Amino acid sequence: MAGPSAHDHHAPAAHGSDDHHAHVPGFFARWFFSTNHKDIGTLYLIFAIIAGIIGGVLSIAMRMELQEPGIQIFHGLASMVYGFQGDAAIDGGKHMYNVFTTAHALIMIFFMVMPALIGGFANWMIPIMIGAPDMAFPRMNNISFWLIVPAFLLLLLSMFVEGPAGAYGTGGGWTIYPPLSTTGQPGPAMDLAILSLHVAGASSILGAINFITTILNMRAPGMTLHKMPLFAWAVLITAFLLLLSLPVLAGGITMLLTDRNFGTTFFAPEGGGDPVLFQHLFWFFGHPEVYILILPGFGIISHIVSTFSRKPVFGYLGMAYAMVAIGAVGFIVWAHHMYTVGLSLEAQRYFVFATMVIAVPTGVKIFSWIATMWGGSLTFRTPMVWAVGFIFLFTVGGVTGVQLANAGLDRSLHDTYYVVAHFHYVLSLGAVFAIFAAWYYWFPKMFGYMYAEWIGKLHFWVMFIGVNMVFFPQHFLGLAGMPRRYIDYPDAFAGWNYVSSIGSYISGVGVLIFLFGVFEAFARKRVAADNPWGEGATTLEWQLSSPPPYHQWEQLPKIK
Amino acid sequence: MADAHQKHHDYHIIDPSPWPFLGSVGAFVMALGGVGYMRYLSGGSFKLFGLELAHPWLFFIGLALVLYTMFGWWSDTVKEANEGHHTRVVSLHLRYGMIMFIASEVMFFVAWFWAFFDASIYAGEAIQVSRVEFTGGHWPPKGIEVLDPWHLPLYNTVILLLSGTTVTWAHHALLHGDRKGLVRGLLLTVLLGVLFSFVQGYEYVHAPFDFKNSIYGATFFMATGFHGFHVLVGTIFLLVCLLRALKGDFTPKQHFGFEAAAWYWHFVDVVWLFLFFSIYIWGGWGAPLSHG
Repeated sequence: MAGPSAHDHHAPAAHGSDDHHAHVPGFFARWFFSTNHKDIGTLYLIFAIIAGIIGGVLSIAMRMELQEPGIQIFHGLASMVYGFQGDAAIDGGKHMYNVFTTAHALIMIFFMVMPALIGGFANWMIPIMIGAPDMAFPRMNNISFWLIVPAFLLLLLSMFVEGPAGAYGTGGGWTIYPPLSTTGQPGPAMDLAILSLHVAGASSILGAINFITTILNMRAPGMTLHKMPLFAWAVLITAFLLLLSLPVLAGGITMLLTDRNFGTTFFAPEGGGDPVLFQHLFWFFGHPEVYILILPGFGIISHIVSTFSRKPVFGYLGMAYAMVAIGAVGFIVWAHHMYTVGLSLEAQRYFVFATMVIAVPTGVKIFSWIATMWGGSLTFRTPMVWAVGFIFLFTVGGVTGVQLANAGLDRSLHDTYYVVAHFHYVLSLGAVFAIFAAWYYWFPKMFGYMYAEWIGKLHFWVMFIGVNMVFFPQHFLGLAGMPRRYIDYPDAFAGWNYVSSIGSYISGVGVLIFLFGVFEAFARKRVAADNPWGEGATTLEWQLSSPPPYHQWEQLPKIK
Repeated sequence: MADAHQKHHDYHIIDPSPWPFLGSVGAFVMALGGVGYMRYLSGGSFKLFGLELAHPWLFFIGLALVLYTMFGWWSDTVKEANEGHHTRVVSLHLRYGMIMFIASEVMFFVAWFWAFFDASIYAGEAIQVSRVEFTGGHWPPKGIEVLDPWHLPLYNTVILLLSGTTVTWAHHALLHGDRKGLVRGLLLTVLLGVLFSFVQGYEYVHAPFDFKNSIYGATFFMATGFHGFHVLVGTIFLLVCLLRALKGDFTPKQHFGFEAAAWYWHFVDVVWLFLFFSIYIWGGWGAPLSHG
């Protein structure tokens, strides 16, 4: 990729204007009324870290509960938080466990991974990487961020509002299937959670429109789609998935809302409705959603692997169109989440076949990353270590995904810990490792300081050992038949549950190391070079200062 | 403009704006109030940390804040357009944005049509025992009297199609600098939109089935009601264009606000055709008719 024709950020005076940087607004206007993609990206990253900590605390509480058979901590938590006593505390605790499962999933998906990858890194880097001064709709960009905050608050508040009679919060799982989400939990907590999803969805749809418009219209002169960085490809495809899948979820949960509050019978068979209809609508969104979570990570990993192999990515066009294929086929595989609901055999056969087809473009990506490293001059700096970790873990999750694609096998594995292990390998270990890879890769660029290499590596190893210890044994538990979303289990499952819980504490320590690393970097203030990664880093962001000027590319770069 | 920013491109770098933040506060209040309002309607309670929120007023405060945000935000956009910030590329952005907004709306309607076809095509699916018991194994479900599609619905179809032509008349008038034609075409379109809404309202009041307790009424009112809401939004959008046209806004070369309203109106029109053919004609086929 060719350089920009001018580096105007180095010489603001060259424009004969000294107020070049004077346009940075005051604190309140800058952070609350922002129209700057980098500031909004930073807000998103801070938000994602806070939400991630909350979601992580919920998961550690669940692992503490599951460390031993029997009820361990949730009766205590229920009496502490809600003031339940005696047997009521046991019952309240059981529901509270379900509330934690539900909230953990919704928080991690909608308020951690999506804000980090799309709101955070894509907001920060997409305009810079395609040579644009900002997003296409800078003001709408800000409402995408500010809507995610009330959405998160609504979800958190729902945990303190009546759900089922005499208990608090929504415990229907993140999939909120009726009738558990309608007649099963009549209290207003579920309504709050539904509206939280509406608001988060509006935020994402507006963000998606913004990214598509930006990427299609604001690439620097000479940057054709086939010269565009892979991260931009990934975000473009992700944005299309969001744009086309989220409204269907919005429709589904709106019907849930009217079933709950206005007496309609969309999902109630006694009024001619169909509870499975909700599952179709949900997964028509839900399956593209899991690609929404992982595709930006694919883009990031491609850049990091290429940078630290000092080679262009292997099979650039194949990599781009593999993501297009994954995104497109991702829309027509949704019912593989529903093999056990009584679909016809023909439908099941189709969904098995279509689902397995996705392994082909995914394989193209995995092998192209390996081929990029092959014969490259590798340096294992922190981002690269995370990227290699990503490739390994995502492959493990991908392989179990191919197994679960089989309707016959899924009969016995559906809703067991095997599924939990599978989607945590691709998301908690895949998407989250991509987030940390991106964090270390772009941290010097975004904030102008170098992180400490030893902290980054320590963070990686603690996390790698921790998460594998959490989730690998869950394959065994699932194969042995342990169902998900229960507070208790038979003694036979005790051993691996214990290991899994220890793993979650180790992962928790990993998160603390991460936070310490952020603190250390800002405290030590080691000034980062414009390009700390050397000649392997070829995308446009490395030609700007670290951190970049408040408005970059006031002279658009030209791409040969 | 050149002295404010040392930029050498045609993109619009926007100054900080209070609207997104205010709008989000409004959305939060509206959502919280919405739950309270729904609880209020059903006579339930909505206690948040001991505070009883089952009242309608919180919702309307939030709604007012959201509407105020919309007004302020779009007034700014119009102002910026008049100041010349909408260069060719910026106006291309607006086009892309509007097209994708409509695309997402189309997917919203997919959900209602999905519910409708799930219910109507599979009304007699053997494994859905309770449903078959309710519907009698056919669509429309047993005991349902439907609206005659060749009565008011056909009348409304003609109204909407006609309004599609009047908005095109206004567009051509604008392109040829005929301000009078622009205003007349827009006025007629708005009036036809209002007429459609009134006819639809009349039909709703006299419909022989209910939103509640039956999948027929649920799918019918949800799909046509959501469409009706879009007709209202489109009518307001066109009314704003009419007021702007009277103020002297829009030139033959630059009038994207008008075009966006026209696109939206055509979208609403096309959705109606799908509703008319699938829900009114096909979905009511063979059932006893009601003329209200």
